[in-house]
Amino acid sequence: MSAIDLAVRDSTTMLRRNLLHARRYPSLTLNLLLTPVMLLLLFVFVLGDTMSAGIHGGVPDRSVYLAYIVPGLLLMTIGSTVIGTAVSVATDMNEGIIARFRTMAIHRPSVLIGHVAGSVLQSVASVVLVGAVAVAVGFRSVGAGALDWLAAFGLVALVALAFTWIAVGMGLVSPNAEAAGNTAMPLILLPLLSSAFTPVHSMPGWFQPFAQYQPFTPAIETLRGLLLGGRIGDNGWLAVGWCLGLTLLGYAWSTSAFNRDGR
Amino acid sequence: MNPPTNGIAIAARELRKSYGDQTVLDGVDLTVPSGTVFALLGPNGAGKTTAVKILSTLVAPDPGSGQVVVGGHDLATDPQAARAAIGVTGQFSAVDGLITGTENMLLMADLHHLPKAEGRRTAARLLERFDLTEAAGRPASTYSGGMKRRLDIAMTLVGSPRVIFLDEPTTGLDPRSRHDMWQIVRELVADGVTVFLTTQYLEEADELADRIAVLNGGRIVAEGTAEELKRLVPGGHVRLRFTDPVGYRVAADALDGAAGDEEALTLQVPADGSQRRLREVLDRLDAAGVEAHELTVHTPDLDDVFFALTGGAPQAAPTRSNAATQPEEALT
Ligand SMILES: Nc1ncnc2c1ncn2[C@@H]1O[C@H](COP(=O)(O)OP(=O)(O)OP(=O)(O)O)[C@@H](O)[C@H]1O
Ligand SMILES: [Mg+2]
Repeated sequence: MSAIDLAVRDSTTMLRRNLLHARRYPSLTLNLLLTPVMLLLLFVFVLGDTMSAGIHGGVPDRSVYLAYIVPGLLLMTIGSTVIGTAVSVATDMNEGIIARFRTMAIHRPSVLIGHVAGSVLQSVASVVLVGAVAVAVGFRSVGAGALDWLAAFGLVALVALAFTWIAVGMGLVSPNAEAAGNTAMPLILLPLLSSAFTPVHSMPGWFQPFAQYQPFTPAIETLRGLLLGGRIGDNGWLAVGWCLGLTLLGYAWSTSAFNRDGR
Repeated sequence: MNPPTNGIAIAARELRKSYGDQTVLDGVDLTVPSGTVFALLGPNGAGKTTAVKILSTLVAPDPGSGQVVVGGHDLATDPQAARAAIGVTGQFSAVDGLITGTENMLLMADLHHLPKAEGRRTAARLLERFDLTEAAGRPASTYSGGMKRRLDIAMTLVGSPRVIFLDEPTTGLDPRSRHDMWQIVRELVADGVTVFLTTQYLEEADELADRIAVLNGGRIVAEGTAEELKRLVPGGHVRLRFTDPVGYRVAADALDGAAGDEEALTLQVPADGSQRRLREVLDRLDAAGVEAHELTVHTPDLDDVFFALTGGAPQAAPTRSNAATQPEEALT
């Protein structure tokens, strides 16, 4: 069996294991979905008038604001889901079966790839669910063709992949589930410091560079452009660059953490 | 496919491992011929698990160590090939508690790249052999300690490993499961498998092992067959227990060379276990007109070897009355 066959086969086996876990214990996944859905309802129905007046030249219009925040919330859903990834990786690493995997002639990173693949699937499913809630409360895309939808889908998967690898690394370096949850917390806070809820130009000047170039803003702007029409510009490349960079970084970090001597 | 091993399944030279400034293994040599059972004994914290972890590629030995070859593969240069040859059941449960017994077994079959049908057959056969068929559909986290242990070992056997490491395989098993486990080890060896085990039960080493090594203070302090090790400690004795202090004192006077315990009213008389020596002791007691309430003949066993080599004191006599499993004959 070639190295690539081995990697694919073992990773598929590990993915199956993680899906079994997720299927049998879905509560963690559902809990993590709650945050973006609550934020969606809060921002639209409670704060919607005020917020929309702010970015819409003083005229309150909830539906405009709904359209504005949905792309950000969709990507925030990923931030929320990967916290669960960090927690479950940290929990899993304390399981005896990981030591068993380390003594077997398997493709080593497959243990991690299984987690990543499972988590990306979960993220994408969560994004679809939150998207469905958004549509239910009135969100409509504007002029998005099949290609735009496909690109949007690809972008969501890519962002999920990038942040999942980072979260896996966080889970690996955390001694337990609780620590992993804390370490991964910034991943759901980061979208709050982006253009998800308010445009970057409305933020204090000193803060704008950070908000403008942190990974979520280009991704959100790209998704906004794809779903609502509007200019994507450099944001597309910035988003893809960020995602690839974070994926490579997370992969290197995670595999080196995993390959250190067993605990 | 299998490299030449010259009949040696495990060969380790000068194993060293320290954690911080604590030296756990301080130059340990191990050689295990193929198709034999090797038992590593040692008190808690002696480094048995550490040795198993090194031999099973879980942790790397310290740089000052010599070569480690398992299944014909040097662990430093080709750990992956060594992993393909071994099966490991660690001291602590290595089952996936969130999935069922069957799912655990099929996971192992998949990771060993068995064809689907064969994997399912192997899983069912091993679950049956370890008496887990009934529980196979439940998550492993709901298993009792002994069931988890059995599942753990069943999972180790899925890939038909040629060299098996068992770190305290029968700890927590009831006597029946323990004997079943021993039977399985014997069957494995009959098939030519090499078994490296650690244990706290000296009786287990005595039963199973072709060779036994005692680890203490980071070094192997004795190695050999059970018989060879037993020869290392002074001979046996006859233990006499009395019910009244008078009888005790009379007997103590009659039997010179006896070590006594005034409180427990017991005497230990050196004896080699022969009929002649026993009769001599009995004759003297008869001549003195005393009768012991209880008499036990004690031949040296691995417990004595263990205590002598690891510097611990033997347990007080009364707690060792599990005569049925000890090589002692109660002659009450
Ligand atoms: N990862 C580690 N970090 C620090 N110290 C360790 C580590 N692993 C083992 N030790 C120390 O090494 C020593 C030997 O441990 P080991 O688990 O090998 O003993 P053992 O012979 O298996 O004991 P037991 O019979 O209790 O299972 C102990 O003092 C232990 O504290
Ligand atoms: Mg141990």
